[in-house]
Amino acid sequence: MKSQNNLLQKNKLGRIRSQQLLTVILFLLVPSILLFVFTYIPALNMVRYSFENRDQFGQNVTFCGLDNYKTVFTTPEYFASLKNSVYYLVGSFIQLGLALFLATILCSKIRGANFFKGALFFPYMINTVAVALIFRRFFQRGDGVTNTDGTLNTIITLFGGDPIKFLSTEGLANICLVFVSIWRYIGLDLVMFIGAIQSISPDIYEAADLDGANRFQVFRYIIAPGIRPIILLQMILAVKGAISVYEIPYIITGGKFDTSTFVIQTTETAFKYQKVGLAAAMTMVLFLIIIIVTIVQKLVLKEDK
Amino acid sequence: MDTTYNNGKAKRTVFTFLKYAVLVIACLVVFIPLVVVFLGSFKNNTEFLSSNVFALPQKLEWNNYKTAFMDGNVLLGLKNTGIILVISCIGTIITGTMTAYVVQRFNTLFGKIMKGAFLVATLFPNIAMQVTVYRIMNSFHLVGHMAAPIILYIGTDIISIYIFIQFLNNISYSLDESAIMDGASYFTVYLKIILPLLKPAIATVLTIKMISIYNDFYTPQLYMPSEKLAVVSTALYRFIGPYGAKWEIIFAGIVICIIPTLIIFLCLQKQIYAGLVNGSVKE
Repeated sequence: MKSQNNLLQKNKLGRIRSQQLLTVILFLLVPSILLFVFTYIPALNMVRYSFENRDQFGQNVTFCGLDNYKTVFTTPEYFASLKNSVYYLVGSFIQLGLALFLATILCSKIRGANFFKGALFFPYMINTVAVALIFRRFFQRGDGVTNTDGTLNTIITLFGGDPIKFLSTEGLANICLVFVSIWRYIGLDLVMFIGAIQSISPDIYEAADLDGANRFQVFRYIIAPGIRPIILLQMILAVKGAISVYEIPYIITGGKFDTSTFVIQTTETAFKYQKVGLAAAMTMVLFLIIIIVTIVQKLVLKEDK
Repeated sequence: MDTTYNNGKAKRTVFTFLKYAVLVIACLVVFIPLVVVFLGSFKNNTEFLSSNVFALPQKLEWNNYKTAFMDGNVLLGLKNTGIILVISCIGTIITGTMTAYVVQRFNTLFGKIMKGAFLVATLFPNIAMQVTVYRIMNSFHLVGHMAAPIILYIGTDIISIYIFIQFLNNISYSLDESAIMDGASYFTVYLKIILPLLKPAIATVLTIKMISIYNDFYTPQLYMPSEKLAVVSTALYRFIGPYGAKWEIIFAGIVICIIPTLIIFLCLQKQIYAGLVNGSVKE
């Protein structure tokens, strides 16, 4: 009797086990094929192509060793575009600081806090191309024939200043693009920070209030430590974001006036100039940078816990 | 005693005033570029060129909207974006929840390998990866077809799978284990227990997904160059050429493409915030 029970149990477990296996295979079939075909095969190809001289059609492919990598590191243009990431990186830190400042204001007793939060967040929802076009016009310097001055130059003239060629002056153009990027993405940081600040228990604020802590002390000893992990995370993501900038400069200036970024260069090398091997090497460099940043991220966040 | 009290009160008033001043300035920076677009979209070409950017339009010029909608393909773009959005969202939720269920609940080698594979894939730079993905898409004859972005949105969306896995970590096993012991199949458990429990995570994923697809420019531009397959982003981008000097029409196009976003934002504000916060914390 007992052994029969055991047998039944065994059969049941066996049935469950085999059903489990079947479920695993069926459920993972489509995702694993998609992942393999559209992520891993391209990734392996990337490694191979980066050592080859090849175009988009894969004709007349020749092995060229490390030549592509040498080109990436010795062509001044590519370096210049990596240098432009620094603008965006600095911009991201300014953005984080501003967002934190605005978030603490919005978390204090403020009338219409929800309206302000919504208004400052909304640009994040607007279509990228729309944002880029809005600012193409915003910074425009009119030629007096087909186009008039844009919004910013109108304001400057209103105050008696001379119009400025914002988007066609090297250096200044990058700063304008960074401004657009802050304008668009600050809302996301703001919402994150508000969420983190509000998740701090109100009891702590009350206790601090009873102890007579001033606003600065509340920020320094309660808010700042409470949202430290999210600040660290946003800082690291900012580095990844800064080297992956693409749409805003591509649409607003087309990468002209020294505003090109590494990703713009990579896609143009691949699809405009058809140098797939070289573009693959550039992607590999980008990938390596991301890996390094990710390792730093893991180390920093681990230490923080 | 009295003076220190008054002093404190005065200080607080100044402080409050400064807080509002900062917020109002920040809002002006957000709104000024947008208001100009809205005003400009109602001006005709001569008025646009002659009037101040902040001047109200003398007569509402609806023709700009007509041109943007029809000739500028914005209407077509909204339709195509809608189709891609719906299919990709449904696809992501089905494959994402299934993958997460299997990977998180069953301790199988295949599941573990897949989890690792997904984790590593998050490191690949999205746009730059297309250098080689393009060739694969081309070999399946998918370039110039809506399927290309849809497949990429579904198949390479690793963040969503991670959000689902993280969420499942916090759901107790007892419910699905007892269902299995009672003879329910795994598929039933997935459909009747796991999927309903994942509702909040699904809301998070949908939020992030919708924003990112609606905003994506690179994928449709690369894989759907034909005008018939315009999505909102690419339709707007093409305005630069033919309407290069006609900002009033470009502005009308921008307003049309912002309106759906604004409506969705106003209706789902809370869910959107929650979705983004939950999504980022899971990184």
